[in-house]
Amino acid sequence: MAVFNLSVNGQSLKVEAPPDMPLLWVLRERLGLTGTKFGCGQGLCGACTVLLGGAAVRSCMTRLGDLRGRSITTIEGLDPKGAHPLQKAWIEADVAQCGYCQTGQIMTAAALLAANPGPSDADIDQAMGRNVCRCGTYLRIREAIHLAAGKRVAP
Amino acid sequence: MSDRRDFLKTMGSLSLAFYLPLDLKAAPVAAPATTGLEPNGMLRIDADGTVTIWATRTEIGQGVRTSQAMVIAEELEADWSRVKVLQASTNPKFGDLGVTGGSQTTRSTTEGLRKVGAQARELLLQAASDTWGVSKSECLARSGQIQHPSSGRQLGYGDLVERAARLTPPADPPLKSAKDFRILGKDIPRVDGPDFVTGRAQFASDLRLPGMLVASIERCPVFGGRLKSFDASAALKVPGVKKVLPVSSGVAVFAEDTWSAFSGRQALKVQWDEGPAAKLDSAGIRKQFEARLTTPGKVVRKEGDAASALASAAKRIQATYDAPFLAHATMEPMVAVADMQPGRCKVWAPTQGPAWAIPSIEKITGLKAEQIEIQVTLAGGGFGRRAMSDFVLDAVECSKAAGVPVKVQWTRPDDFQHDGYRPATLHMLEGGLDDQGHPLAWKHRFVGPSIAASNHFPWPPEALELSGASDLSYAIPNLQVEWGQSDTAVPVWFWRAVPASFNPFVTECFLDELAHAAGRDPLDFRLDHLPKSPRKLGRDTFEPDRYRAVLELAAAKAEWRTRKLPKGWGRGIAGHAYLDCGTYVAQVAEVETGSGGSIHVRRVVCAVDCGMVLNPRSVRAQMEGGIAYGLSAALYGEISLKDGRVTAASFKDQPMVMLPTMPKVEVHFVPSDLPPGGVGEPGLPPLAPAVGNAVFAATGKRLRSLPLLPLMLRKA
Repeated sequence: MAVFNLSVNGQSLKVEAPPDMPLLWVLRERLGLTGTKFGCGQGLCGACTVLLGGAAVRSCMTRLGDLRGRSITTIEGLDPKGAHPLQKAWIEADVAQCGYCQTGQIMTAAALLAANPGPSDADIDQAMGRNVCRCGTYLRIREAIHLAAGKRVAP
Repeated sequence: MSDRRDFLKTMGSLSLAFYLPLDLKAAPVAAPATTGLEPNGMLRIDADGTVTIWATRTEIGQGVRTSQAMVIAEELEADWSRVKVLQASTNPKFGDLGVTGGSQTTRSTTEGLRKVGAQARELLLQAASDTWGVSKSECLARSGQIQHPSSGRQLGYGDLVERAARLTPPADPPLKSAKDFRILGKDIPRVDGPDFVTGRAQFASDLRLPGMLVASIERCPVFGGRLKSFDASAALKVPGVKKVLPVSSGVAVFAEDTWSAFSGRQALKVQWDEGPAAKLDSAGIRKQFEARLTTPGKVVRKEGDAASALASAAKRIQATYDAPFLAHATMEPMVAVADMQPGRCKVWAPTQGPAWAIPSIEKITGLKAEQIEIQVTLAGGGFGRRAMSDFVLDAVECSKAAGVPVKVQWTRPDDFQHDGYRPATLHMLEGGLDDQGHPLAWKHRFVGPSIAASNHFPWPPEALELSGASDLSYAIPNLQVEWGQSDTAVPVWFWRAVPASFNPFVTECFLDELAHAAGRDPLDFRLDHLPKSPRKLGRDTFEPDRYRAVLELAAAKAEWRTRKLPKGWGRGIAGHAYLDCGTYVAQVAEVETGSGGSIHVRRVVCAVDCGMVLNPRSVRAQMEGGIAYGLSAALYGEISLKDGRVTAASFKDQPMVMLPTMPKVEVHFVPSDLPPGGVGEPGLPPLAPAVGNAVFAATGKRLRSLPLLPLMLRKA
């Protein structure tokens, strides 16, 4: 066990945990931030995606000992009121079905929009193309990202 | 012929002797002292006007929490913005939770839910008429208020609940006419949408009880194997690990948190007696099916004399088709939480079949049903997987063993390797045409494991294997369909659309082969050979006009006859009448193929007749979802076995459709006043054959084996 200083959603925190513990479990079980989901633990589904220094990363593959002070943003910290343009667009397009993968989808999209405020379909496919949704909400995910980027799309 | 609808109903009630049915007479009458109105366990109206509705089916992404609330709110004339949805538990006050599956919720609960809402509305009308001293017929209910138009008076529901709660609920309240619907038929967003986008939505995996341990179970990698011995010494040295105990499904590592449980499990050493299935592999199963296919199966449909007609046919074709075992791969791996204490056991689980788990929990705990409560949670996907009780019982057994509340968390490899799989099947088909090119004979024999038999369900072994085969939609004078049972050690279970996930691939592709043999356009050939009038198939009636309408609508919207496709593209059509839930779907797929063996499905035009459409946006989502789930299976889905083990352990081994591989989907409705049908499954069956037929149209290659992509690459 060791003590790590973390910056999560703008707050400085101390966490005592083994250095090889994935950030996913630190967030979910040490900090109670359960919006970040366990989908595979293999870095292959994207349900656990968070922002690390602004980049979308798979928290299940990111070890506590490797964080090196970079700031972490989870779905709970994306917007204090849950009113990030992506969250509003997700509701407007009624994207979610079972809902389980959606926080990871939104965090992946947040990194995309931060880097590219007006993405094309191809840009979206490229950025979102490694996130699994077994309900098949993909078309509304693309629609919602366009909505959040301020571009009206045909339903 | 028995069907799954019946089956689900019966299985629901078999184990439910102590549950009240969702029946107004049996429902508890609100106690006079309450300040809220609770005419039924599913519904409460509080003095502040809040309407709380408890969903009795499990939310697995199909939108049932929204749709059940919409139905009650419609009849109640509730203000939709004041409706709050909670989830029912197995507490008898909620009535029969049944089984969420088979696309049955809409068909089996809508009528009862309408009565629940209507009953409360009538009580509120009576309470207002008593308050004002006017006739009830002069009052009307509208958007959370009772109004008296002639005097302009109005009272909110909250102001009336105390009085209404003292009245006796009417046994047979009048129902609204569909033309007066204000909520049903509208694009109503999911009630859980805001919680899903903020991370507030609580899944079973998110629960943490005081004193709870997390357990991860090492299971025998071979089906049917048994524990010989284990050495926990290294596992117990992993920080956070508390106990290691044998349980019926394997060896459980209990820890303070999930990561420690997973780490402890990695350090565990276990010796298994792998049992008779230790040498089982996919090639052996294939040989077993091939042998079974040479002997006659049980005749499940017979018209005319297929054998003689084939012998006299002007043209005759024959083909072998197959489909593999499939895993469900829900996004949320299996998980459940249980807290067993002296005299009671409470479980939180994303189960599609809470009532099915109760008798087994009684056995494990020695408790009586009324001492057990399962709180159904949100489920990160279901697809039938969560109607199995295994993951629920894991948690109960572990809580009993550890003496504290326990969450049992499965890993992704656990989830792939210890599923109840969609059965694999092998099919042989023969078809004959007369000298005019009309279909004369159809013989379809197929073999595979029996879901009913292997799970000891009280139904004939073929009960859950036939949809899409024995209910063939076309008029062929000489027709014989046979099914042969060929069980293996691989556990089999419901999967989205169950047999309609493979049979329509076989029958709709082979019908395409017949059309090509006849030199006919596949759409025309289908339309020309529909029965002239409705036909009884088992206990359901196939309505050719409804089937024709979806084929024609899909073809028209896809511009079947006129649209030019680029080189390397092809289009295919397929349909399926999902008689079990009253819904007809046809799809046209446009597919781009590449010389290297690539298949890219670019566009799917989907026509659906599901009777009255309760929530168009939600039905569209279900069609898109059925197409996405069906396409993952059609292109990549295959569970293989080697040395008795499932080889897939990750989404790398078993790829899924993702955004770049998701086709454009267009959903079109056939207008209908018929009662609403189910939509969770019917979007899936036509997808694989439409794609297979499109690949043939593009390349001339007939792919008769699922999944399509590896086969295409082999043939390239």
